[in-house]
Amino acid sequence: MVDQSAVGRAFTPVTARVEPGRLRFFLKTLGETNPVYHEGEAAPVPPTYLFCLEMMDATDGLEFLTALDIDLARVLHGEQRFDYHAPVVVGDTLTFHPRVSSVTDKKGGAMTLIVVDTPVTNQNGVHVADVSRTIVVRNARPS
Amino acid sequence: MSSSVPSVGDIIVHKEFPPITRHRLALYCGASGDHNPIHVDIDFAKAAGFPDVFAHGMLVMGYLGQALTDAVAPSRIRSFSTRFAAITQLGAKLTCEGTVTELIEQGGEQRAKLALTTKDQNGEIKLAGEAIIAL
Repeated sequence: MVDQSAVGRAFTPVTARVEPGRLRFFLKTLGETNPVYHEGEAAPVPPTYLFCLEMMDATDGLEFLTALDIDLARVLHGEQRFDYHAPVVVGDTLTFHPRVSSVTDKKGGAMTLIVVDTPVTNQNGVHVADVSRTIVVRNARPS
Repeated sequence: MSSSVPSVGDIIVHKEFPPITRHRLALYCGASGDHNPIHVDIDFAKAAGFPDVFAHGMLVMGYLGQALTDAVAPSRIRSFSTRFAAITQLGAKLTCEGTVTELIEQGGEQRAKLALTTKDQNGEIKLAGEAIIAL
């Protein structure tokens, strides 16, 4: 079971480029037709796309699970938060720096909530966003 | 948004989406980089104790984000967060809504706080969230 020793644990930084082709696939998948996203060069990205970029370009998109020895089948997404500080547009190259910020046991240890906070910077070193995910691990019942 | 300031209680976000299909989940698996098999491989989902595959929380949040940016330019969104309250099943027809709950001054600008929900066709809340937007 993941315990307090995981707090502060940092994972491999991920660098991802906002590529127009991959973004089009995402927009099409969501049926997104808003013209704001189809302005070509310097078009903004949808509000949840930062989450995808990190997973797409990570060597292991689920590194935090392997690193913390968590079974993928026992994981649910509990909460997700984005704080936007500066625009992210097509062509940007972003770097993600994920780190565990808290570990909390719930329901007498039946579940563990793990928060991973990820500051995001762009190619100019501008801190463009903070992404925070809360993962729920359904722990095995002690036999 | 800049021309008219919303009032507390205004529903400024409202959008309905087509039913969630297996095909959509497969596309989202590729398009999002989230390759967790629990959303596309029924054998894996069953072994994990679920009756079938189910939607990625982030697909549902993606829909909520789409509903939000239909009403508010992406450049005006300061924060966007959700709690995944319940699993979204195949066939779910989602409706996303956002209501102004507060007008605030923050970071040197006028902002509005929105309460966001995504419900299925039975009215069950799948996502409950919040956004802060610049007016």
